[in-house]
Order: sequence, then C-alpha cells, then structure tokens
Amino acid sequence: MSTQIAEADALPRPNYLNVKRSILSWLLTTDHKRIGILYLISITVFFLAGGLFAALIRIELLTPQADLVESDIYNRLFTLHGIIMIFFFLVPSIPAVLGNFLLPLMLGAKDLAFPRLNLLSWYLYWIGGVFAVVVLLQGGVDTGWTFYTPFSSFASNGNVVLAAAGGFVAGFSSILTGLNFIVTIHKMRAPGLTWFRLPLFVWAHYATSLIQVLATPVLGISLVLIMVERVWRVGIFDPTIGGDPVLFQHLFWFYSHPAVYIMILPGMGVVSEVITCFSRKRIFGYHMIAFSSLAIAILGFLVWGHHMFVSTQAMYTGIVFSILTMLVAIPSAIKVFNWTATLYKGQIYFEAPMLFVFGFLGLFTIGGLTGLFLGLLAADIHFHDTHFVVAHFHYVMVGGMVMAYLAGLHFWWPKMTGRMYNRQLAALAAILIFVGFNMTFFPQFILGALGMPRRYHVYNEEFQLLNVMSTAGAGVMGIGYLLPLIYMPLSLFVGKRAGANPWLAKGLEWTVPSPPTTYNFDHTPVVTEEPYAYDNRLHAAGMGQGE
Amino acid sequence: MSHSSQVAHHFEDIEQQNESLVLGMWLFLATEVMFFGGLFTAYVVYRTTYSEVFHEASRTLDFTLGTVNTLILLVSSLTMAMGVYAAKTGRRNLLPLMLVATIILGLAFLGVKAVEYSQKFEHHLVPGAGFVWPGGNPPHAQLFFVLYFIMTGMHAFHMVIGIVMMAMLLVMAMLGKFGPERYMGVEMAGLYWHFVDIVWVFLFPLLYLIDRS
Repeated sequence: MSTQIAEADALPRPNYLNVKRSILSWLLTTDHKRIGILYLISITVFFLAGGLFAALIRIELLTPQADLVESDIYNRLFTLHGIIMIFFFLVPSIPAVLGNFLLPLMLGAKDLAFPRLNLLSWYLYWIGGVFAVVVLLQGGVDTGWTFYTPFSSFASNGNVVLAAAGGFVAGFSSILTGLNFIVTIHKMRAPGLTWFRLPLFVWAHYATSLIQVLATPVLGISLVLIMVERVWRVGIFDPTIGGDPVLFQHLFWFYSHPAVYIMILPGMGVVSEVITCFSRKRIFGYHMIAFSSLAIAILGFLVWGHHMFVSTQAMYTGIVFSILTMLVAIPSAIKVFNWTATLYKGQIYFEAPMLFVFGFLGLFTIGGLTGLFLGLLAADIHFHDTHFVVAHFHYVMVGGMVMAYLAGLHFWWPKMTGRMYNRQLAALAAILIFVGFNMTFFPQFILGALGMPRRYHVYNEEFQLLNVMSTAGAGVMGIGYLLPLIYMPLSLFVGKRAGANPWLAKGLEWTVPSPPTTYNFDHTPVVTEEPYAYDNRLHAAGMGQGE
Repeated sequence: MSHSSQVAHHFEDIEQQNESLVLGMWLFLATEVMFFGGLFTAYVVYRTTYSEVFHEASRTLDFTLGTVNTLILLVSSLTMAMGVYAAKTGRRNLLPLMLVATIILGLAFLGVKAVEYSQKFEHHLVPGAGFVWPGGNPPHAQLFFVLYFIMTGMHAFHMVIGIVMMAMLLVMAMLGKFGPERYMGVEMAGLYWHFVDIVWVFLFPLLYLIDRS
C-alpha cells in the first residue's frame, strides 16, 4: 500500500536525473542539464568557502585593533575571499548553472552545440579550483584578487604563481562556456525562433559570452606574464628591473572590468524572465533591453582606465575613460526603467523569485548610481581604495548578481528537480538577505566617504560603530543564505511535485515535463509567438501550488 | 537520411553540425587573437618607450634564419591548404602526403628556432641572471629579449600543438576516415595552422625587421 503511494508520488520517468544512476554516469555526462547540476554543486561549495572568509573578515573588523588575526593573515583572507568569489562563484554562477541548464531548453534544442566541450569546461573549472585549494593549504596568497605588480612580482610571500595558474585554467573554463553558448544561440534555434523572439535571458547570455570569449584571454596572458616574471625573475612589470607596473594594470583591467559585466549581465537576463512571469505582463521595451545588453558588453571594453585614475595614467586619458564610464549608465538605466515599466498595471505575485528580483532592482540601482561617483575623476580621488568602493562593488555583485542568481534558482528549481520548495521559507530568506545586505554594506558607503581605507584591519576608533553594524548585518545575511541550503535540498524529498509549469510561465522550457527528459524535446518545437505572451487580465490561479 | 552516423544526436543535419564547428573554430581563433593581443600590446608599449635600445637588440637576431623560417612556414600553409583541398575532393592519397609535408615543414621551423635559441644562450642574451648586454640600457634590452622569448615561445608552443594535431589527422587519414562527406577535422586543423602562421607573419617584422629600413 505504502509503496503504491510512493510510486504515485515519484517523478515521471525516465527523466534526465534518474535515467542513469551511477556516479560515473554523472562524471562523464555530456547532458547540459546534468553539467548544470554539477556546476550548481561545485559553485555552492566555493560560495560557502568564500563566505567563510567573508565572515572572518567581518569578525576581525568588529574592533579597531587586531585581535582575531594579524595583518598578514588578514591580507590572505580578503585575497582568498576575492579570488574564490569572483573566479569560482560569480563568473560561473548564472551562466554555468542556469545558462547551461536552460539555453538549449529555451532554444528548443537537444543540447548545447559542443556537449563534450561543455563537460571539459567543468573539469577545467575544477582543475582551477584544485589550484585554489592547494594555495589555501599552502598558506594562501596576499596580493588581493588583482595581483597588482610589483608587489606580486617579488615582494609578496604568498603562492602567487599557483593562484595565477588557478585563475588561468579557470579562465579557459569560462572561455569554453562562452564559445559554446554563442555557437548554440546562432545555430541551434528551433524553427520560428527568430532573434527577436528569443527570451531576454538568451540575449543577456549572448552578450555575456561575447565578453567571456574576447576578454578572458587577455587575463590569461597577463597571468602568464606574472608567472614568468616571478619564476624567472625577469623584468616585465617590475620597475626596478626595467618593467612597467601600470602596463599590468592596463592588461588586468582590460579583462577585469568587462568581467564585472560577465558577473551582472546574466543576472539581468534572469530579472527579465522573472519579472514578466510574476507581473503577468509582456516585457516593456523588448528591443531596448536586448540591445542594452549588447551595449553594456561593448562599452564595457572601453572603460577599464577608470580603475587607474590615481595611477600614472595621463589626465586626458582619464577624462576620456571617465566620459565613457558615464555612458555605461545609459543602457543600465534603460533596463531598470523598462523592468519598472513592466510592473505597471501588472498582476503582481509576491512569490520568492519575485521578492529576490525586487531586491535586485533596489540594490542594483544603488550599486549602479554609486558607480557614477567612482567614475567621476575628482570624486574618485577621494573614494579610491576606501570602503566606498567595497560597498559599491558588493551592491552590484552581491545585491545584483547574487540576488538574481537566487531569483533564477528559485524560479527554475521546480523545472530542474521536479519539486516545489517551501515558499514561505523562501520568502523569508529573500527578506532576510535584503535586510541583512543593506545593514552590511550601507554603513560601508559612509565609512568610505569618511575615509576608512579598504584592505586594512586596524582602523580609527570613530569608525567602530558603523563596522559593528556592518558585521551584525552580515550575520543576518548569513542566516538568509543558509536557509535555502536547508529547504532546497529538503524539497527533493518532501516537496510537492511541481508539474511541467508551476508558475504558469511562458517559454519553451515550461512546455516539457519537470524534470525534462535527456533530449529535452520529443519533437523539435515550432515557435509561433512572441516571448512573454502573458495576459494580465487573467488571474493565474493555483500558481506555485504544485500538483 | 538526414540523421546519418556522422551527425551527432543533438544536431538536426550535417549542415547544422558543420556550420557550428566552423563558427566555433573561428570564435576560438578570436580568443587566440586576444591572447596574443596582450603580448603585442606589451611589445608596442615598450618598443615606443625604449625605441632606441629595442632597435639595437633587434639587430642581434639572426635575419637569415628568421627569413628562412618565414618561408618554411608560408610553404607549410600551402601544403596545409592542399591537404584540406585533398580531403574535400576525396583524394585519399594526396591527403596523407600533404599532412606529412606540413608536419616536416613544421618540425623544420622548430629546428631552426632551436638553433636560434641556442645562439642566444651562447651570446648570453637569455633574460635572467646570465644576461649580458654590451651596449647601454641593459634592463630595457633585456625587456626586448623577454618579449622575444615569450612571443616566439608562445608561437612555438602553438606549433607543437598543431603538429600533434597533424599527426593525429595523419593516422585517421591513413585509416581512410576522411572523404568529401567528412572532412571537418582537416578543415578545423587547417584554420588553426593558418592562424599560427599569421601570428608569425606579424612576429617576424616586429622582432627581426625593425632596424632594417
């Protein structure tokens, strides 16, 4: 009797999860959905590691003196936090997990264009990751995630070469993912799926992939040059033996500024999908949002010099970079205005993914606007290397990208697993993260404006109150991040069956069973309508209930 | 018929598969351009800043060997192109011949390069502790040789990968794996080989010819 109930409650089979069950069938899989799940597990591990370092940083900053760690350890903490979070969490987060899982489904394809290359990129990610772990076990690295020369050339006593090698290998993982996505989007669209019928998630990933393919190799060669300089002790960037440290900054930021758009554009794609579904509206200004993604990708290549206003870069160069930086605000603002306009006269449902998106809209806007302060030559002289920069960056990356990542994960989780999670707990997590995030990082804007430098753990006593607030907020945010780690895995065992389309959403990925079968579609679908063909006059009865 | 054994399961037909492969290869070459682009940027910056000593250092390179190597590589591009042509038109005897010729020319290039490198060791022009520069401004002369070794070394590394690919293609060609229906492997390797040649076409004047006008 009980077995019969269990049978009835079981997921439809066969699907991509239960078609084969051995460990080897996962490690050698070329199914884009399984690779997405492999990435999901991997980046969660690194997110926890990076989060642990962040927690240690915040605890140390509770008091103005050094009590938990000494300066040398503190340098290693923020370096590892940065390297892990950027190269092993943020860059692969949405593209490698959600993009991998969803692109073929959204395009009506059976897989990405190069399935084996896709698996290779996951292995490269882990080879890079192993380098990072070895660096950690060997005592870390203390250069900051930017590896600035000449400190990283000879002065640093950390494992610069190993860390750079890890970044180099992980970079190839990112390149291969981007290459795979571009070819897939060009060549694997279902009949009738024209460019302007593509979900904006796909447009965002197209723009992201362009940056991954064109910018990441420059990071690769910069890291190679750092390694050559350090191993063979020849001058490339070290001024004492003939090199030029500012050249390194140019090469590094030529990648690393576009890279911050790798870390935000996919999130913007998620927002477009979620906001239309939970306001039951067509997107406002489809073409503008699509092209603004490309505009951000292209302009992103032309602004790297704004990281170098206080280097020896020429003043007129600085002026040009400053103006170009202002231009990036235009496509970003177009997106925010269009999303907001999409809400107008919509039927808004406050489901967890939508709450994360609301969080994104507020936090990304603050992050973007404070970016303008830093893009202004005169203001930047004051704000440079203060906590203001830290706050700005985290508002965009954590308030923007991590919020969007969680929105996307909550939105597509039923599709990926076939199960609904606890929606009340999810809503609570979204609210805790939003509140905790603002408590953590808003004080840092004030601290930075007052002149507290970043990357120091000993500070003036008058900064303590704001630092205590920030650490307390980090605690709240930490609880918010731990909640999904409980209720999402739990949903696999106790969650209701989601059914093919629990959110009554539009898009090809919702037309197939949850979880999908290995080859996604029994017959290649034919697309006959625009994306987001929602009708805001109809009540979406039973949304999110599951079966 | 559309789903023959040559088409992977996730493609609709052979055209889609071939177009995807070609686009993927071109994107890969774009990443390579950016990769070498970083080196060329470094070269341009230092060449402009330390122009005089770069000219002096350039004069120590062996112009004859460099020219010979350039010719070798250009001919290897020809044999490669003929190999692709042979694969496309199903000339099963011509293809292995052309692949062998390309491999030999590639190895010849690397051999000449090795001779040049050993000369640098003899003349103490290898960057590092043993570097000796008779003229003025040794740190920046060393910079020229750092760039010389990294750029030509990176190029040689790409050549080695190319030669390994050619050897694999040769084995497959002998087993009769290629024909007018199935030649994408040769086509891809050809694109790669031509790219590596083009890099040299830029490296040669930048490193060897800057003081010979």
